[in-house]
Amino acid sequence: MESASLSLQAHSRWKHLETVFWLFALLSPWLLAKHALIINEIVIVALFALSLDLILGYTGIVSLGHAAFFGFGAYSAALFAIHVMPDPLLGLLFGAGISLLLGALCSVLILRGSDLTRLMVTLAVALILKELSNKLSWLTGGTDGLQGVMMGPVLGKFDFDIRGITAAWYSLAVTFLLFLLIRRLVHSPFGATLTAIRDNRLRAMAIGIPVSTRIAVIYSISAAIAGAAGALLAQTSSFASPDVFAFDRSADILLILVIGGTGWLYGGIIGAIVFKLLQDVISSITPEYWTFWIGAFLIALVIVGRERFLYPWKWFAKR
Amino acid sequence: MNTTDQEIVLSAQGLVKRFGGITATGNVSLSLCKGARHALIGPNGAGKTTLINLLTGVLQPTEGSIFLNGQDITRLPPHQRVHRGMVRTFQINQLFDTLTPLQTLALTLSQHYRHGMRWWKALGNNHRINERCEELLEQFHLAEVMNQQTRHLAYGKRRLLEIAIALACEPRVLLLDEPVAGVPAGEREELLATVTALPEEVSVLLIEHDMDLVFNFAKCMTVLVNGTVLTEGDPDAIAKNEQVKAVYLGTEAAHG
Repeated sequence: MESASLSLQAHSRWKHLETVFWLFALLSPWLLAKHALIINEIVIVALFALSLDLILGYTGIVSLGHAAFFGFGAYSAALFAIHVMPDPLLGLLFGAGISLLLGALCSVLILRGSDLTRLMVTLAVALILKELSNKLSWLTGGTDGLQGVMMGPVLGKFDFDIRGITAAWYSLAVTFLLFLLIRRLVHSPFGATLTAIRDNRLRAMAIGIPVSTRIAVIYSISAAIAGAAGALLAQTSSFASPDVFAFDRSADILLILVIGGTGWLYGGIIGAIVFKLLQDVISSITPEYWTFWIGAFLIALVIVGRERFLYPWKWFAKR
Repeated sequence: MNTTDQEIVLSAQGLVKRFGGITATGNVSLSLCKGARHALIGPNGAGKTTLINLLTGVLQPTEGSIFLNGQDITRLPPHQRVHRGMVRTFQINQLFDTLTPLQTLALTLSQHYRHGMRWWKALGNNHRINERCEELLEQFHLAEVMNQQTRHLAYGKRRLLEIAIALACEPRVLLLDEPVAGVPAGEREELLATVTALPEEVSVLLIEHDMDLVFNFAKCMTVLVNGTVLTEGDPDAIAKNEQVKAVYLGTEAAHG
């Protein structure tokens, strides 16, 4: 018999392709310096998608309002830079921490009810926050948002530059570290109990898993990571507006997971790359109708199947 | 709770469960001694599974209370009853479809050893858990399919896994809800052997329609009809009981 330990740990071992991918990703701000701005955007969206996948793909909790935490992190980081200090890393920690608290608070709302109620409740939270960011203009700048947020240099050394190279590098480094953390988490006993909850909640309880507590914990972690992604956006664009809470943002991130695949660490990342590049390319050709083409792409993806669409060489593989 | 010389580990007192106007369980009392081999029988719809759901906390009783090792657990959530040693299997397989049998057992054992919150170590990193996994896979004839996703397994293998999961929790009280239901003849013996080989100190409550198994296994039986206890006693007494015969042979209109 093959050893249990080997089989169990096969999933968590680093593959060569992963190493190559991350080496390229971390070097990309220099290799593709002209595209640093879009790299930064992709990275932030990928991190946001990863955060949603933790609850959606790994735990089976649906959400239509994950932008609530993204936006909360963005505003928190921007306000921290304006009122406390401009250090990016402390601002990032603050943004993630505040979102973690909000996530813990909101987790109460998603424990009961069906998927449909969860969709509605999460949507409602994001809408409420968006309205608050509009109304509390003394704090948030209202519809104009918080503009010209001045950021200090990263680690006290690297100033944000106009070409966005430091920004891209900063977002990449943060995302990579958080990715390592998430990777650990999903392959751990804790991660396995989340999958158990997703697959069969009744049985998960029957083997002694405190289901509600586990969901609350992962929901808070997911919120914190979404908050970190939001903080990165606010810090690297020196800007936070009510748009960060927008429904589109929550919906886009779901689309990205659908494109790349849920319950798979690279699903959100691949989805983010594909989605953002498509958006970039199509909107440069036809700025008004790019959503039409995204829609057409999604329909094609569903009909052909993700496997064969993203990995065309599988067209010819034996099935 | 030492009523006799034997220690009572699980006792239910006056359990009532109503769904709207329907009484699914009507004033059922039941007790299990340490090491009991107790069978719960009754016709379809007699409320056997409802009773298991009440005992394990999936359902809350309308009235009555449940004691485990002398402690009132009536209001405890299901997972805490498991922590206190009461584990069940399900009549209809409740498995983790996307996981392999190996992963399923490793995760169950991790949870059992209170490693369920460890996020910094990889699953499979613990020597003790890995060894126990291998033992269980061997014992339940799952070794050769241990790396296949559970949803692709044959029914008999899934049934074995269903019971292996419960045993991984090292129960002190084990509630078996029709363990051999639907298992093909060839795989039945494997299952029966594991059920008979359960450690002596484990108290077992068995729900089963298969009378051969019941009479071989049980030292004490409770007959449930229409949500209430018809009678209780040792297998000989039950076999001779006219009322029980009537219920099973259907000469009385008592079919539930």
